[in-house]
Amino acid sequence: MGKTLVEKIWDAHVVKSQEGFPDVLYIDTHLIHEVTSPQAFDGLRKRGLPVFRPNQTVATADHNVPTLDQHLPIKEELSRYQVDMLTKNCKEFGVELYGLGHPYQGIVHVIGPELGITQPGKTMVCGDSHTSTHGAFGAIAFGIGTSQVEQVFATQCLLLQKPKTMKIEVNGELANGVGAKDIILYIIAKISAAGGTGYFVEYAGSAIRSLSMEGRMTVCNMSIEMGARGGLIAPDQTTFDYVKGREFAPKGEEWDKALAYWETLYSDEDATFDAVLEFDAADIQPMITYGTNPGMGIGITEHIPATQAQPESEKPSYQKALSYMGLQDDESLLGHPVDYVFIGSCTNSRIEDLREVAAFVQGKKKAENVEVWIVPGSKQVEAQAKEEGIDKIFEEAGFVLREPGCSACLGMNEDKIPAGKYCISTSNRNFEGRQGPNARTMLASPLTAAAAAVTGKIVDVRELI
Amino acid sequence: MKKFEKLSSSVVPLPIENIDTDQIIPARFLKATTRDGFGDNLFRDWRFDSDNQPKADFVMNDNTYSGKILVAGKNFGCGSSREHAAWAIQDYGFDVVISSFFADIFKGNALNNGVLPIQVPESFLEKIFAAVFADANTTLSVDLEAQTVTIDATGDSFEFEINPYKKSCLINGYDDIDFILSQKTLIEEFEQNR
Ligand code: SF4
Repeated sequence: MGKTLVEKIWDAHVVKSQEGFPDVLYIDTHLIHEVTSPQAFDGLRKRGLPVFRPNQTVATADHNVPTLDQHLPIKEELSRYQVDMLTKNCKEFGVELYGLGHPYQGIVHVIGPELGITQPGKTMVCGDSHTSTHGAFGAIAFGIGTSQVEQVFATQCLLLQKPKTMKIEVNGELANGVGAKDIILYIIAKISAAGGTGYFVEYAGSAIRSLSMEGRMTVCNMSIEMGARGGLIAPDQTTFDYVKGREFAPKGEEWDKALAYWETLYSDEDATFDAVLEFDAADIQPMITYGTNPGMGIGITEHIPATQAQPESEKPSYQKALSYMGLQDDESLLGHPVDYVFIGSCTNSRIEDLREVAAFVQGKKKAENVEVWIVPGSKQVEAQAKEEGIDKIFEEAGFVLREPGCSACLGMNEDKIPAGKYCISTSNRNFEGRQGPNARTMLASPLTAAAAAVTGKIVDVRELI
Repeated sequence: MKKFEKLSSSVVPLPIENIDTDQIIPARFLKATTRDGFGDNLFRDWRFDSDNQPKADFVMNDNTYSGKILVAGKNFGCGSSREHAAWAIQDYGFDVVISSFFADIFKGNALNNGVLPIQVPESFLEKIFAAVFADANTTLSVDLEAQTVTIDATGDSFEFEINPYKKSCLINGYDDIDFILSQKTLIEEFEQNR
């Protein structure tokens, strides 16, 4: 019987499989950052162990860094200490660090792909749930906890149960103004924030195939928001063209060998998935969230579902979410004023996202009532944006192009949304307090965010393009 | 890792669904570089207001409820992979979390830190909430060997599932790293044969 893509990659990495035990799975690449690694390094020290394969480990500082004046020391003491600790640990254990000031620094899930570290067929992990992003290349990539970071440090392996597999097909053509972010927000709204729990998801179908690598990364990035361990897309010409020539991509003969293998990476015709879902791209409108988990999303012209329509046991949580957001049953979000617009995070901070936003705002001006933060995913994205003059377009529109980092995605660094304020955000989580205590987050695509930036309210971007 | 076999305790009820890791431990408290002290900030923004005063209406600030078992609504621990969430729960003093559904990464992190996540059917969860809200001194008994959780007052019991390997880790107090380190030779062979 045929194998799914996940099974093919998984089976190629099993070191040991024993009845009643989890598999010992070999990890090709381990990405680390300042927040979830210090306790793991400490664990190694306590056990007197080195990092087993430092050459397969790459570090960057992203969660806790400021996005203005990065050349100055970090003001906040604890953040500075954590970032310094990463530098010290990487030095002591021989791990390559793309820290602040390095031309490759950036959000861990942005730099992996752009440096060609992310490749089809690999197993990749990071102490961060959005590691699923790398699955866009046809890799098994997923987030792990700090105890597991320590396991990978110590052995380059993890003890894992083979996951169940789910196929999500999206077929048909997307309407103008509807993009990758809308696809994934739509899927999560349909199947809920827990609908993918226990599964590894393979995205397929013509609408997925038609996406650029950046778009595919956006889709895979948010797999965790439906509870899935990871998401991936079979590699194709789009993938190969993107990887080719990048810093750490295979070169020459190595490339030919790698490519020959990568071309075998797809789910066989007769492979079986534990679950299959299908969606029609034509049903998808620009999406926006109104609640406090990513499953609480609606098409931009739809109304907030009524509490009455929720299952009995879910009513209290639903009411709690709406009251946190300051929104009502049956309300339409169109015309709702916005205070902040955040374009950034590992979901939507790549050069293509910035290009799309720049093309839309060119010649337009920021609305008076909004503050707009645009945070590139990496130093390389920032440099590219400047080279293309995108920074100038933003400046003329009244936007600020900041320096790379996780920024307002998680309210850990200096960039926080004030209490009670509404922020249209291109990031991936709208949890209570995610962008700062009592901040109200509405997730949307870069285009919808850009439209809010120039109008000061929630609008249907399709009417502006 | 601490060994876990049996526990009998009163419970702290939190009948809210989709409790995410940002609620369990908000990101701004992730700056520590050790594993200690996270319990102080467990459910920080639900427990304290912006002036750091305890919110009277939150269950953890209500002396009526206490214990080593946290009982919460469906899809507990969704969101980020931060193990700090498991550390916070453990540091605060919970040894068991009961819910009708857990997010994957949280479940793994909890087990790796000696906190037992017990998944029960929705109907059993409702029975627990009903019992606790009728009498705050209600106790539950957890027996890991037998894989049972029992509402002591009513005798209602449920046999929960746990991976046999993880079960033996908890009972014996050893962790994945101890096991995986014993596989080093195999790992090196695997690398050479690729
Ligand atoms: S941008 Fe946000 S989601 Fe992505 S790694 Fe950073 S904090 Fe996590």
